[in-house]
Amino acid sequence: MSGLYENEMKLEFVSKSNNEAFARIAVAAFASQLDPTIEELADIKTAISEAVTNCIIHGYENTKGIIKIVSKIFANTLEVEISDTGKGIENIELARKPLYTSKSNIERSGMGFTIMESFMDDVNIESVVGLGTKITMRKIIKKVDPQEEDKMLDVAELGGR
Amino acid sequence: MNSVFLERDKTLLVEITEEIDHHAAEKLRRKIDESITRYMPRKVVFDFNKVSFMDSAGIGMIIGRYKMVNMIGGTVQMKNVRTSIRKIFEMSGVAKIIPIIDIRAS
Ligand SMILES: Nc1ncnc2c1ncn2[C@@H]1O[C@H](COP(=O)(O)OP(=O)(O)O)[C@@H](O)[C@H]1O
Ligand SMILES: [Mg+2]
Repeated sequence: MSGLYENEMKLEFVSKSNNEAFARIAVAAFASQLDPTIEELADIKTAISEAVTNCIIHGYENTKGIIKIVSKIFANTLEVEISDTGKGIENIELARKPLYTSKSNIERSGMGFTIMESFMDDVNIESVVGLGTKITMRKIIKKVDPQEEDKMLDVAELGGR
Repeated sequence: MNSVFLERDKTLLVEITEEIDHHAAEKLRRKIDESITRYMPRKVVFDFNKVSFMDSAGIGMIIGRYKMVNMIGGTVQMKNVRTSIRKIFEMSGVAKIIPIIDIRAS
């Protein structure tokens, strides 16, 4: 486990739409210690923006609530948990489907989860109706130097956690 | 956002100058709709050169404007769309309905 780099941060903020930019920029700044490419950073920002927006418009339906973000780094993997204590998702399978939205009246496209899934390496949804929703996403930051990357992967396998 | 109407070819150029997320989309939508209603263009071109970030809020925003312009018999195009944003227009099928002209690098 020696040499496994770890770090962690937590954020809590109210469900105001102008915090969407704050949240994605804060997580991107935290992720930047992994030395991501510009494209990887753009992917992370977009996925965070999708999850936070969902808490605001679906979880809390534009009422005031708290959104929590916990982000961790293990070796070359960024993990981000985004949660609300809002209304929850009745049918997770349906919610994940491309183009499915429960709010087509406000020009939502139903592409949020599809974008999170294609921009991150792993997306997990936990939700209980009436209690809230937690999205956990992971992204492996690919190192430019392949030798460096091999080392990181070995360490990640050993370190697990 | 800036918009310019070219009388001669009835084209409305809309230059978006901010990040497009759920927060920004509402105001942007209102301003663009005002310009469309005022000029009744034959063609609307959205310039994304100064858009450094967009999430799925941009899909609904662009499709909504497309429907409006389509209703008055006009066409819509997008230009200067960077790679990260183009990916979103491609995966959602928007790029098949609204052509992206003048593809830029990065
Ligand atoms: N945090 C959440 N709380 C409650 N419902 C949610 C949450 N996130 C997503 N959903 C549900 O999942 C659906 C799909 O989400 P998404 O793919 O982001 O599309 P959109 O936000 O455009 O509707 C939403 O329409 C909503 O019904
Ligand atoms: Mg969404």
